[in-house]
Amino acid sequence: MTDLYTLSIHEAARLLRERKISSVELTKAHLDRIRAVEPQVKAYTLVTDDLALKQAEEADRRIASGEDLSPLTGIPIAIKDVICTKDIPTTCGSRMLENFKPPYNATVMEKLNKAGAVMLGKTNMDEFAMGSSTEHSAFFPTHNPWDLERAPGGSSGGSAAAVAAGMAMGAYGTDTGGSIRQPGSLCNVVGLKPTYGRVSRFGLVAFASSLDQIGPFTRNAQDAALMLQAVAGYDAQDATSSPQPVTDYTKELTGNIKGLRIGVPREYWVEGIQPGVEKVVREGIERLRELGAELVDVSLPHTKYGLAAYYIVAPAEASANLARYDGVKYGYSYRETSDMWEAMEKTRQYGFGAEVKRRIMLGTYALSAGYYDAYYKRAEQVRTLIKQDFVNVFKKVDALVSPTCPTVAFKLGEITDPYQMYLQDMFTIPANLAGICGVSIPAGFSEGLPVGLQLLGNDFAEGTILRIADAFQRVTDFHDQWPDLQ
Amino acid sequence: MIDRETVLNVAKLAKLSFGEEEIELFQSQLSNILEHIQVLQEADVSGVSPTAHASRLTNVTRPDNPRPSYPPEVMLANAPEQEDNCLKVNVVLEGEH
Repeated sequence: MTDLYTLSIHEAARLLRERKISSVELTKAHLDRIRAVEPQVKAYTLVTDDLALKQAEEADRRIASGEDLSPLTGIPIAIKDVICTKDIPTTCGSRMLENFKPPYNATVMEKLNKAGAVMLGKTNMDEFAMGSSTEHSAFFPTHNPWDLERAPGGSSGGSAAAVAAGMAMGAYGTDTGGSIRQPGSLCNVVGLKPTYGRVSRFGLVAFASSLDQIGPFTRNAQDAALMLQAVAGYDAQDATSSPQPVTDYTKELTGNIKGLRIGVPREYWVEGIQPGVEKVVREGIERLRELGAELVDVSLPHTKYGLAAYYIVAPAEASANLARYDGVKYGYSYRETSDMWEAMEKTRQYGFGAEVKRRIMLGTYALSAGYYDAYYKRAEQVRTLIKQDFVNVFKKVDALVSPTCPTVAFKLGEITDPYQMYLQDMFTIPANLAGICGVSIPAGFSEGLPVGLQLLGNDFAEGTILRIADAFQRVTDFHDQWPDLQ
Repeated sequence: MIDRETVLNVAKLAKLSFGEEEIELFQSQLSNILEHIQVLQEADVSGVSPTAHASRLTNVTRPDNPRPSYPPEVMLANAPEQEDNCLKVNVVLEGEH
């Protein structure tokens, strides 16, 4: 039998049901793989091996008893360290929460526990999900399995790298401006950002509440459908979660995209895209045409304002959300003074890293008296225009296709200017501002490094973009390639 | 584009304190970012209402039914300092008895 860690989730789920493998075997194979390659990749902030084996034994019992199973029963997965896990450290990649153990589970964890999924550990990330490289983790950077000298992208870089390196069958991450899709692109895995409100944010540590969304990383579209299915749906504990019924995503993977209209937004082909990336994505689009899709030239005229609007809206929300870290209730606390305000300022000075402080400063500035109308209000008006662009274009097409990211993986330490780093997310940000869904899928390689193709879908059209992704993967094998790790 | 004074004022609003080097670095980095963000001023937003949320929902309410909450020990388990099931903080108002 092949190494168990190379199986996909849907294959493993079948083998578990047929009792050809056990969850304990599957879990041990992943823990072995973690022991072998984690020292180089550093995808995890915490490996919960004892818990994983206990959950695997429990899953095997459930499978043996023949109860009605979830496709994720007994499947070992990883969780981004921004999702609250009861009594298990949830650091958000920050000194501020280094010793924080949540008193409750996020709703997605409740669902996964109920489904009998096995948690292998918590994955590394840019501090409070702010960044595109995991270099802003307060602990250590994660290395891209395709080239250990390069970044895996971010902020969910640990989750992407874990799945790419076979250290988890799938992983959950979060996407506020591209934090699932961009690392997916850089690590050659599928990264899906669901529609805003599709997955409950209860127990997700907040960065920018009007943009944050939890979604899966997997090695193929079929597995992404299963992992989305497991966590999607209304949650009374999240007032922004949607009551819209959840469809059966696997059923939508028909392999047939004949006659589907896919728009190619002309504003997404700008200066700054590496020629190798453009070539791979153009070839991918050609492949969709061969599969019978009708490619349509479309325009999203306000695209050029997306990045600027995002870097007002997201930091503004972050500055409000992160006001809770005051050293009083939980988290790091500076206690070397009897002065209350000094204690609070020092707590935040030492507890937060540079990128988090930069965004708090930017957000506070944009919300402060005298600047509010020129920045925050204007950014929210532009957000309306960007949303309107998508509303108009989805009257004409079923989905959109573009590069996920302008570049392949860059070297760790290579990008030192904050704004240059922000440019990584120029193609992913508009979907967050509009709330629509998007997925990045492996589309090929440029100089040996993965290139992702982004598919964007209308509100709650996850089934449509997964159908296109799956059809693409039926005729390509980019997603089946493995990095050469010793 | 933004001066030292503004950086210090915003830091005060955000309850952040900085070392001298950080002040200079943030002044130049924030100025650079804001320069790029100026492109927003080109957009024609006349008559456009702002979007604060990507959610398509409005006025979400639920019945106000009391339900069990967490015990104080659980919610205080992460507190830096506590006393008698309360969070312990520095004196807030001095000189008043």
